[in-house]
Formats: sequence, structure tokens, C-alpha cells
Amino acid sequence: MLRFALTRLTLVIPTFIGITLLTFALIRLVPGDPIEVMAGERGVNPERHAQLRAELGLDRPILEQYWDYIRDVLSGDLGASVVTKTPVIEEFAALFPATLELAICAMIFALAIGLPAGIIAGVRRGSIFDHSVMGLSLTGYSMPIFWWAILLILLFSVTLGLTPVSGRISVIYWIEPVTGFMLIDTLLSGEDGAFRSAVSHLILPAIVLGTIPLAVIARMTRSAMLEVLGEDYIRTARAKGLAPLRVIGLHGLRNALIPVITVIGLQVGVLLTGAILTETVFSWPGVGKWILESIHRRDYPTLQGGLLLIASMVILVNLTVDLLYGVINPRIRHGR
Amino acid sequence: MVSLDKAVETAAIADPVLEDAPPPRPITEFWFAFSRNRGALAGLVVIATICFVAIFADVLAPHLPNHQYRDALLAEPLTRHPELGWFLLGTDDLGRDILSRVMHGARLSMSVGFLVVALALTTGIVLGLIAGFFPGVLGIVIMRAMDIMLSLPTILLAIVIVAILGPSLTNAIMAVAIVQLPHFVRLTRAAVMTERSKDYVVASRVSGAGLPRLMVLTVLPNCMPPLIVQATLGFSTAVLDAAALGFLGLGAQPPTPEWGTMLAGAMQFVQRAWWVVTFPGVAILVTVLAFNLLGDGLRDALDPKLKQS
Repeated sequence: MLRFALTRLTLVIPTFIGITLLTFALIRLVPGDPIEVMAGERGVNPERHAQLRAELGLDRPILEQYWDYIRDVLSGDLGASVVTKTPVIEEFAALFPATLELAICAMIFALAIGLPAGIIAGVRRGSIFDHSVMGLSLTGYSMPIFWWAILLILLFSVTLGLTPVSGRISVIYWIEPVTGFMLIDTLLSGEDGAFRSAVSHLILPAIVLGTIPLAVIARMTRSAMLEVLGEDYIRTARAKGLAPLRVIGLHGLRNALIPVITVIGLQVGVLLTGAILTETVFSWPGVGKWILESIHRRDYPTLQGGLLLIASMVILVNLTVDLLYGVINPRIRHGR
Repeated sequence: MVSLDKAVETAAIADPVLEDAPPPRPITEFWFAFSRNRGALAGLVVIATICFVAIFADVLAPHLPNHQYRDALLAEPLTRHPELGWFLLGTDDLGRDILSRVMHGARLSMSVGFLVVALALTTGIVLGLIAGFFPGVLGIVIMRAMDIMLSLPTILLAIVIVAILGPSLTNAIMAVAIVQLPHFVRLTRAAVMTERSKDYVVASRVSGAGLPRLMVLTVLPNCMPPLIVQATLGFSTAVLDAAALGFLGLGAQPPTPEWGTMLAGAMQFVQRAWWVVTFPGVAILVTVLAFNLLGDGLRDALDPKLKQS
């Protein structure tokens, strides 16, 4: 197990270096002079230009610049936004809980529906239920989620008036951020109706963000179930007279879940990607919206730092999933 | 030996057709497997229709896509204007006919999909062949680079590339193609690795075939099935990603009748004009769904080994 973990860990290092190269190159690949691009139409006078160049270290040899960048990154300094002057890492830390809360709720939604749907579809192969699940999941998988968000707003917010359109909580509440998770903070604050308001703001974005993972999880669970149910030990379990529910739940599901866990891990990247679109539509104050705004404002240090942080998150989660996979499936860690 | 002959004999007698009929040609065999998949056939029909609309959008569209009818702002679907004629899907806030814009959008989206897949496929095949035939340092460098690209969420990577290049349709195509590249490289390399050591490749090498010939004429044709499937699925991802970029303001710029861009402009009318926000999205969904259905069907028909679910 230790060897397996170490091999996986050493594979992460070149990937991380590659990511730093990419984010490092980002600011330098922008066509034209990066400072003039950042200044935009306001322009910048020559002294300020030279000062900014020196500040960003753009006047030194490229290798030296990269070395400095790596040193800064490893010591936790990702630079400061050119617009707000706040350190990038602070802005990220303030916004990330909002994205995390949304992503967790989206994943819970996807699992709560995707797993049972996939299991039933797999067990009742060829039934109407199976066909509907497969059809719906393919549709969900093909869905442009920004449009799906608009449709849901059209139905639930505009037509039925059930849910608010944007933000995390109604403006009438002021919630002191303790954990950064609105659902928990509203409960801690003890204000009447604050929790309800937070839930009603969260529900549509979570559904939208969870749609693609839901489709993938349902499909994957179904095919894993089908594969496992054809195995000999299932026949043995049936033959020795176990209750069908026990065969499916204990013998089938436990083994079918192994590939499903990997898929769930892979969906983290999908969730962070989807967060950019979902947060934009619902004006959700998270890192996805923040990254997009930094592009529109040409705030390259923010973009650079934010990108590095998000990519590192994805790498970390994928590593964790890989290791977990090794823990639950001995074939993986002893193989190769 | 005797019993074997006898077995063959009885088999021949039991099935007289076996003796005369030549083995089905690969294309016949493929079509037989493919046409049994109704979803895939439906996908194919829809794609053919979309292509037809895309090619003849100039003739088929009832109005010019960017013409602003000032007398018919935000007209509801199925409105018939006494002088201007029908607006089947209504008009947007500038009085442009939505049906015509969606039709011209089909032309744009299909071109985007085609260009993205063509770019990613050709570059991916070249890099994959190189990585497969030179598994040393060169191959490792290529594959590590692809792994790094895969570790970034796709839209995020595309957004960053567009941020570097500047927002436009051309740059969005480049970005989406770059994002898709790793899949094609990995598939090509994997196929090359399994084919490379097979007898027919060795035979070809022994009879004096040079490296380019080996790569392109001997090995590549046998790597095609998974690549064709990936190309179809890549087409749907390309349409989806390009629309997402357009929606975020990083792809095609207004007034281009691109589906995602149309939706971005329509957000503010969600309260009073549902048709402005509905139809471009339907177009995206139907197109992407059709290509996904076709891709699934092709996978099952071309390569049973790849069958996932």
C-alpha cells in the first residue's frame, strides 16, 4: 500500500510543475505588453509602466522569473489582484466556501437520485424504467447547463414564483460568516427564516450543477450493476437462498460501487467547471464567477492564482480518489 | 483429424448457405450492427437534417438573421405581421427573427464542431503516432503534457486559452480543439501500442516499409474505429463548449447568430419573453443529443470491445 501511495504521489509532482508552467506562461503569452493590456484604454505613463514591470518582475530573465514564481507559490504567496489589491489567496479563501457548499449539495443531489436510479435500472434491465433512466441520463449529459439553469428559473422563479433568482440569501438577512457555509451559518445565527431563505437560494443552482454528475452516475451505476450481477458469486448467493434484496444490496452493490467511486471523484473537475457557468447564471458569489470576472477585468494575477488553486484542488481530489480506490480494491494496489 | 473433418462436413450440410456466401464486407457488417440501434439511427437523421438546414440556411431562413424589424420587437411565436410575414419562433428584443437566427446558428455550430474535430483529430493522430512509435523521452514528454491538460477541467482550460488569445469565435474554436486534443492523442497512442507488435506490422517492416509508411498506411487504418467514435462524441462536446464560451461572452461576439451568444443576450428577457431564451437552447440540446446518440451507436457497432454500458 505504501509503495502504491508513493508511486501515485510521485506522479502528482510533474503534473503540478506542469500546471505552474501553464499559469506562469499565462501572463506572458497575452499578445502585446501585459501591463498595457491590464491598463486597458486608460493607458499608463512610462514611469508607472517601468515601475509595474519591476513590480511584476517582468524585466528579469525568464528562468529567474519562473524560479521566483515557484518560490512564491510554495510559500503561499500568489500575488495580489490588480483591481482590489487584496492577496489572491485571501479572496479565494473567502469565496471558496460558497463554491464548495454548492458543489457538495449538487453532489448530494446527484447521488441521492443517480445511485438508486442506476441500481433499479440495472436490476430491472430492459424495463420501461431502465429505458427512461437511460434516455433521461443521456439527455442530462447532453444538456447545456447554462440553458438548463435559465429554463428552471423560467419555470420555478418566473412562472411559479417559488425560488429566488440570484445570490445566496435574501438581502434582508445579515449573516456573520462563521464557517462560510451559508446553511450552517444561518442555523448558528438563529435568525427566523434565514435558513429557509438560504435553502431556497441554493436549491436551483444545486440541481443545475448536479445534473451532469447525476446523468453520469446513473449510467455508471447501471452498467456496474449489470456487470456485477452476472458474476458467479451472485449466482451462488442466489442459489443458497439469500433474499433478493440482500443479494443486490450486500453482494451486488458493494462490488458495483467500486467503479462508481472513481466516477464520483472524476466529477469533481466537472463540478468546478460547471460552477463557472452555474455561478454566472445565478450570480452565486463563488470562485467560478470570480475567475470569469477576473478575465473580463483583465486581472491576470487573480486569474493566474485562481487557476493554480483550482487546478491543485482537482489534482488533490483525483489523488485522494486514486488512493481510496487502492484501499477498497486490493487488485489495483497489487496490480501492475 | 477424422472427427474434425466430419464436424466440418456436418456443419456444412446443416448450413448450406455457409459454403456459398462470401463473408459480409466490413461496411455491410457495420451497417447491420449499426442499423439495429434505433437511437443511433434517429441521431443520424437529426444530424442530416441539421446539416441540410446549415448548408441551405440562406434559402430556408424566412428572414435575414441580423435584420432588425423595428415594428416587431419581441413578437411572440406564430405571429403573422401583415407586411413582414410570419415569425414562427417570434423575434428578439431587436426585432430579429429567431427562427432565421437559429438556422444560421446551425451553420455556425456545425462548422465549429467540424473544425474543432478536424483540428484535434489531425494533431492528435500525429502526436499519438509519434508517442506510440517513439515511446522513449519524446513519447513520455508528449504523454505527460497531455496528462497535465487532462487534469484541468475542460471549460476552465478553454476559458484560460480564450483569455490569453482574446475572445472571438476563431479563438474559441482553437481553445476547444486544444482541450480535446489529449483524448485523441491517448486513443491513437494506445491503439498504436497494441498494433505495433502484431505480425502484419512486423511483416511490413521486414519487407522494407519505411517508418512513415508503417505509421500512416500500415498501422493508422487499424487505429481508426476508436478515433471515429471519439470524433463523433468530440463533435457534441465542441458544440456544447463553444456555446458555453459564447454564453460567457468569450466566444462568438454579438450580433453573430451563435446559439450560446444568443442566450447570453437573452438572459434579461427571461421574465417577459420565454421564446427568446428557449429556442436557441433547444437547438443546442437537440444537436448535442443527436451526436451523443450517434457516437454511442458507432461505438457499439465499430468496436464491441469499447462497449461501455
